[in-house]
Amino acid sequence: MSLLSVQGLTVRYGPLEAVREVTFSLKPGEALTLIGPNGAGKTSVLRGLLGLAQAEGKVFLDGEEVRLRSPEGLLARGLVLVPEGRALFPGLSVEDNLLLGGFTRFRRRENLRPDLERVYALFPRLLERRRQPAGTLSGGEQQMLAIGRALMARPRLLLLDEPSLGLAPLMVREIYRILGELKGAGTTLLLVEQNAKVALALADRGLVLEAGEVVLEGPAEALRQDPRVVEAYLGLSREVEG
Amino acid sequence: MDATILSFLLLDGLQNGVVYGLLALSLVLVFAVTRVILVPIGELLMFAPLSLVWLLEGKLPGTLWLALALGGAWALMDRGRGALLPLLGGVGLFLLFLVAQGRPFLAHGAAVLLVVYLGVATYRVFFQPMRGATVLSLLIMAVGLHVAYQGLGLVFFGPEQFRPAPLLSGEVMVGLSWQGVLVLLFAALSLAGLYLFFRFSLFGKALLAAAENRLGARLSGIRPEEAGMVAFGIASLLAALSGLLLAPLINAAYFMGFMLGLKGFVAAILGGLASYPVAFLGALLVGLFESFTSFYASAYKEALVFLLLVPALFYQSLRARTVEE
Repeated sequence: MSLLSVQGLTVRYGPLEAVREVTFSLKPGEALTLIGPNGAGKTSVLRGLLGLAQAEGKVFLDGEEVRLRSPEGLLARGLVLVPEGRALFPGLSVEDNLLLGGFTRFRRRENLRPDLERVYALFPRLLERRRQPAGTLSGGEQQMLAIGRALMARPRLLLLDEPSLGLAPLMVREIYRILGELKGAGTTLLLVEQNAKVALALADRGLVLEAGEVVLEGPAEALRQDPRVVEAYLGLSREVEG
Repeated sequence: MDATILSFLLLDGLQNGVVYGLLALSLVLVFAVTRVILVPIGELLMFAPLSLVWLLEGKLPGTLWLALALGGAWALMDRGRGALLPLLGGVGLFLLFLVAQGRPFLAHGAAVLLVVYLGVATYRVFFQPMRGATVLSLLIMAVGLHVAYQGLGLVFFGPEQFRPAPLLSGEVMVGLSWQGVLVLLFAALSLAGLYLFFRFSLFGKALLAAAENRLGARLSGIRPEEAGMVAFGIASLLAALSGLLLAPLINAAYFMGFMLGLKGFVAAILGGLASYPVAFLGALLVGLFESFTSFYASAYKEALVFLLLVPALFYQSLRARTVEE
């Protein structure tokens, strides 16, 4: 049975239709990526899914329909988003940011200690900077912190919105190495990414979104070799990567 | 001016200043978490001692009915399990008021709980449904509530001023009553409590987080509604306790709250509605400035205090521009 199944998701901003009738599903342990150009509606899919934007369509979790969608409600069921822009708490320390990620599970620090250690093992950089305010971290470190904070909630499905955005190539590689580790450990990933090259290298399957609609869909391996994808996305990202 | 007058003015300024300070901290906290400028905080402050006076005379104050009515609306809006808190709270509050009539110790507690319940219900009923609104709309709602609560204060308690008996009578020395010492002690304890709460408890951190980044807080499962309720709860608690302690020193009346709240607001503005320590220091400055101007130019006392806003706003506008560029 699929962990998450989305059927006919349509997201509107007022009269504007950002996403039209998008359907996909995710099996446990699978990594799916949504790629596509800027403004294709990739982020809107995530926002609609989490109830952050006005959306229609059905969403099933473990085969059970989810009504009344809200980020808080879905978090309790194991769906955690790492948003674009990271939405950290800049004035709080790195460790406090992480602890708050586990806030819904435990409200006492001691209970969150094992999870904290696991995140520090994954991101030793965060351990070094644990007392620093999150706002003073570099972009890459902030992305690590955002992922670490999401992990503190013990996600069954981790939703990531443009984790490579604005990062240096080396840092992108590092972030994706860690996402690969998470996938290896059995975390299900839904990855929205403009950098199609890194995303398709990690994912099992991909969806190509253009102007709010799915135009291509298939195994990542096949998409990587599809001439339309190579021409539209991979050629460009190769140049960017140098 | 001789040393006696100087110390008298200093103590007076300090005593008022710490109360403005607690109000300023409450305003900053509520604004940071909910974007509401809590104009009716002065009314909440006054409701505590006035309700206490009524209770001590063996009468049920009108504020109780107001709180229960809002609590009822809250329960209706939160049908299901969420209605348990307002319902149980309302019943508990009502029973407490029944037994607290004429019993000073219980009456103090009842007055504080009433104001906290009223404050939280105010948030739930009036502000939470409009949480996506602009700061201006929220401010209009807050001003409306201030006018309404002040009017209701007149209906409930009449135009007279009341002076409840102090918790501690007598004077330490000329110009400083034991009640004044109690006010200062309470302020110090509240400051320490707030500091410990925000520095060490995860719940306090969650409140700060909700203030810093709303989306991030929601994604971490911190509900903005809950954070708002807690912020309003803390603000109402501080206001109620300050009101009870201050009432024996000033004369409590339905219209007194606004001026106190406004001075807390001036202090909060000095800190840009963002900095807790600056807001508190600003409040001490307001208190001292007020006590000295009342000595030198008592007719212009209030006007001069509000004049403090001009340089503060000027400074804030200069700072805001540099941020934008």
